[in-house]
Amino acid sequence: MTEQLLETTDLSRTFTLAKVRRASKGNSAAQRHALVKLNLSIRSGDRLGIVGESGSGKTTLVRLLLGLDKPTTGCVKFRGQELTEGKMPWLRKEVQIVFQDPRSSLDPRMKISEIIREPLVCLGMEGDHDSRINAVLTSVGLDVAMRHRYPHELSGGQRQRVAIARALAPRPTVLIADEPVSALDVLVRDQILDLISHLTKELGLTLILVSHDLSVIARLCDRVIVMKDGHVVESGNTREVFDFPQHEFTQSLISAIPRLPDLS
Amino acid sequence: MSLLVVDNLTISFGHKAVVDGISFALTAGERIGVIGESGSGKSMTSLAIMGLLPETATVSGSITFEGKELIGLSDKEHSKLRGDRMGMVFQEPLTALNPLMRIGKQIAGPLMIHRGASLKDGLVKALELCEKVGLPDPERILRAYPHQLSGGQRQRIGLAIALACEPALLIADEPTTALDVTVQREVLNLINSLVTLEKSSLIFVTHDLPVVSVMTENIAVMQLGKIVENASVAALFQSPQHEYSKRLISAARLAEDAFSQGGEKP
Repeated sequence: MTEQLLETTDLSRTFTLAKVRRASKGNSAAQRHALVKLNLSIRSGDRLGIVGESGSGKTTLVRLLLGLDKPTTGCVKFRGQELTEGKMPWLRKEVQIVFQDPRSSLDPRMKISEIIREPLVCLGMEGDHDSRINAVLTSVGLDVAMRHRYPHELSGGQRQRVAIARALAPRPTVLIADEPVSALDVLVRDQILDLISHLTKELGLTLILVSHDLSVIARLCDRVIVMKDGHVVESGNTREVFDFPQHEFTQSLISAIPRLPDLS
Repeated sequence: MSLLVVDNLTISFGHKAVVDGISFALTAGERIGVIGESGSGKSMTSLAIMGLLPETATVSGSITFEGKELIGLSDKEHSKLRGDRMGMVFQEPLTALNPLMRIGKQIAGPLMIHRGASLKDGLVKALELCEKVGLPDPERILRAYPHQLSGGQRQRIGLAIALACEPALLIADEPTTALDVTVQREVLNLINSLVTLEKSSLIFVTHDLPVVSVMTENIAVMQLGKIVENASVAALFQSPQHEYSKRLISAARLAEDAFSQGGEKP
């Protein structure tokens, strides 16, 4: 039996805007409902894709799942324990994230080894940190000699590998990847997606992948939720949702994808 | 008669050539896509045509536009063409627009500079341009500041500014990379119909093969500062010659197959 890991109950997040913009009509703009009563259940070993356009609430959801933001109403539970405010080292050991742009998510003044060591130290992980750093570097396909380099000396793809290595260092059970390849070149994208796919399977990780690119979700995820304006408009098996989209918005997303010319 | 001829163009910073002896030509009304990864030199090529290269760049070779040599042209002379005979749409409309200036004045800008229009006449024309690029409620938009508009609306403004003086050449550098996919579709359709309407030539710079293949007839593939292949869309997809083009196409096919087959089996 797979274990229930993350669960959200009527999760809502409302942002109050500083002042009502005069250009917008009505007073409804004073509050922005980024997430509205979202119920989601993620079980161990799930590979869940979250797809939606900018402003649909994807990143708000990710921040709430990580405990980096506080819900307006509703709650997030990890293994039955409700997320609270504060540092929550118990959660950080279990849930790790890879961000979109490794140029901004890696500290430019730290060597690669220090970057990967940081979560191990902060979370008080036991064992030999140096050998753990070497092990994760190897598992993401980087030479251990890279540990002495700085982020600016690395290519975009290598930097994203470092970000993955850092996320995997504390041996999490859940890996969240928020647009992990959209800042990368096309050919590098494939390598990073293959790496994420391979590692999550090998380590038996639960994957939550956020992307606006449906082909990325299709390659890595078994299950998908489609978000719009803070609501889940459609969810289900990735193949069924993409092959037979039920909601109008999902259909428009799919039909808007530029296709290669059909020359056959 | 060629509108634009780029011959043996080389752009270097210090000893590093970021564009390395490229040549291509564009006739009036023709469209070309330039595809390549970051660092391939595709953006530097468009900036060289627009005369917007950083001062530290060393340029050699030749760019002739409407019979006029652009290399070595003074910035003052180049700025007479920019926004008039040649227009450009940039990747990120939020940084391309002036955050402190109302939209109306930004669209009227090129008309006031190149056509000697008054602000009042410029704003009248700006209103027409807003309608042309499909912006609803143009009176309100003209009074708005860039931050009050959505990404798609901003990119439509960028297009209105670039097309204000009916340029012979439009350069679009990753114009939809910062946009959502449904908005991307709308903006691509708009660029397509306006370029057809104005009979402008188009240079469409992107890293996205599926996007460029619906926008242009020919594609130049750039890698490490060189054009490694220049072919029609059909020829490129049917029989790519260069190894790098083959890899780009197979990566795009992989993404498309993954999508249409619903992903790999776990």
